[in-house]
Amino acid sequence: MYQYNNDDQTLIEQRVAQFRRQTESFLKGQISDDQFRALRLMNGLYVQTHAPMLRVAGPYGLLNSKQFRKLAHIARTYDKNYCHFTTRQNVQFNWPKLEQVPDILEELASVQLHAIQTSGNCLRNTSSDHLAGVCVDEIEDPRPYCEIIRQWTTLHPEFAYLPRKFKIAVSGAEHDRAATQLHDIGLHLVKNDAGEVGFRVLVGGGLGRTPIIGQVIKPYLEKKHLLSYLEAILRIYNLFGRRDNKYKARIKILVKETGMEKFSELVENEWLLIRDSLELSTDRIEAIKAHFTSPAYETDAAQDTSFAQSLSENKAFATWVKYNTADHKIPGYRAAFLSLKAPDSPPGDMTDAQLDAVADLADRYSFGEIRSTHRQNLVFADVKQADLFPLWQQLDALKLATPNNGTATDMICCPGLDFCSLANAGTISIAKEINEALDDLDYLHDIGDVKINMSGCMNGCAHQSVGHIGILGVDKKGVEWYQLTLGGSSENEAAIGERLGPSIAKDQVTKAVTTILDVYIKQRLDDESFLDMVKRVGLNPFKEQVYASN
Amino acid sequence: MQVIKDKQIIDDSWSYIADDAELKDGDISVSLARWKNDKQQLLHSNGKKGVRIGPADSVDEIAADLKDIQLVELDFPAFADGRIFSHAWLLRGRYNYQGEIRATGHFMRDQVYYLSRVGVNAFSLKKSEDLPVALANLDDFTVNYQKSIL
Repeated sequence: MYQYNNDDQTLIEQRVAQFRRQTESFLKGQISDDQFRALRLMNGLYVQTHAPMLRVAGPYGLLNSKQFRKLAHIARTYDKNYCHFTTRQNVQFNWPKLEQVPDILEELASVQLHAIQTSGNCLRNTSSDHLAGVCVDEIEDPRPYCEIIRQWTTLHPEFAYLPRKFKIAVSGAEHDRAATQLHDIGLHLVKNDAGEVGFRVLVGGGLGRTPIIGQVIKPYLEKKHLLSYLEAILRIYNLFGRRDNKYKARIKILVKETGMEKFSELVENEWLLIRDSLELSTDRIEAIKAHFTSPAYETDAAQDTSFAQSLSENKAFATWVKYNTADHKIPGYRAAFLSLKAPDSPPGDMTDAQLDAVADLADRYSFGEIRSTHRQNLVFADVKQADLFPLWQQLDALKLATPNNGTATDMICCPGLDFCSLANAGTISIAKEINEALDDLDYLHDIGDVKINMSGCMNGCAHQSVGHIGILGVDKKGVEWYQLTLGGSSENEAAIGERLGPSIAKDQVTKAVTTILDVYIKQRLDDESFLDMVKRVGLNPFKEQVYASN
Repeated sequence: MQVIKDKQIIDDSWSYIADDAELKDGDISVSLARWKNDKQQLLHSNGKKGVRIGPADSVDEIAADLKDIQLVELDFPAFADGRIFSHAWLLRGRYNYQGEIRATGHFMRDQVYYLSRVGVNAFSLKKSEDLPVALANLDDFTVNYQKSIL
């Protein structure tokens, strides 16, 4: 993974010093709430219901064991012994004290972590495929380009005060695991007819109140033009994006209101004027690529026989391997998912003890690296098959081996009303109820690939509009109600879910979900997936049952 | 009144003339609208000329006149209006403007570093006692990932 040089380190340390001064000025009353708000947001600090919330950047989801131990230390020392992993591969602390945040940032900087631009109306942390560099369907490893973009976006002087937040995701594989079609800019590494690899550029995707799927603005962009093209898009957005209404300020609205044809013409004209002055040299790309070389894989890993033996002898282990591991490009290795969706804990949360233990396991079994995923789980990307059994045993003891990756209980869920000042409704208690209702693993596995996403308000942090089943909390005269949608997807066939019908009461949500799943089980054809069935039959069969029983 | 220019605190020779006020001698700046209306009169007055641009203005409108303009004031109605940053970049990067670009209005001290990187070389602050701190803010960082336009 990328290792900071002296300049990288100096930059984040100077940023900490700057934020320390800003915090002191604020506490002395020298800068206004409004001004400090903008400054603290660009350092990842929100003010929430109970306390500030600090969002730490997980650079395209890639972390190491030393950084995990630091997160554990921060959770223990400055917070209430836990943290939360988000859909954009970041890490949140829910209980820091404002005056201690500069100290936390200094601790983070000591392990090459920061909270720069994890919130606010600026260029956010770039996200990517959690299986980058190891998956079997990769065209090219996206991580070097993510790092190039990370550097370019960090403290970009022209684009620090955008109309609204701006998110970029990069995927290098056939299968889109980074929800790139739902980002302000989505980049796909693709091959052109001549066999060269470049980028397909999408623009204008996004969730929130007006979910929109991104459109292709450039079918093929040479790598050397990556930064000039991003700059052209950002300049047009910065100049022409709406600033009169925060709900209409994302680039998706500019694209929609301008029209894709006119918008891409504006970008193209701008780009032609700057592209020759901002070329990415082959040397620079190669220098960054040198940070992402493969680890020292053992050449005889596939010759191990213990793995096959454990699979045949231990059903629980075999189930875990089936659901929570993925194929690896190197024979004898697999990528292992650590489920942060244990039935009795809030989705995406980890305790300090788990963080420390995971750091040790990463050192022992996966070259000291840990990745966070879009669906709020973790991945050990490089595990030898012979190590999977002992790894599974230890993860099981840590409650990180629930074999539910990609199933209905692998929910994406925001913190909801319990923690977030924006939320209209609770989410964590419903997630717990759904977990209890789906506690039969055989039933869960029979249902298969069903993605449930639940947000506590229209801002949609948990991407409910692209969940196969989406649950959105709304406030009706001070009472929590829930809007259900079906048929959304954030993967290759990206789609916005359709509203099932009127919103339902809190105590009916779990029943509605189980009813929807029962309809699927009864009416599916052979091995038809939930999403395929929704596409085939539409909403009516689900609607009839859900509202009949209510 | 003092301002920061080229990393020095100096006395300011410029006056901004409101749209409804009479033009006067000396170094004066006017709004873009007034510049367009009274350009001939302004070109024949003595003293240097400046134009004040707001975020909603387009710098393209003064591109052809930049040879006659010694000061472009970029005026922040609110600190969060980031269009100003692109205006500065366009003046330097696209139109190769060599004169003074000055930030005025409601920007924050904490923004002067970024502003300097996109080509703003002068800063007019609301309170002159803030000038030394703003001057120090121009050195908030010694390393950068992006090229400076200046």
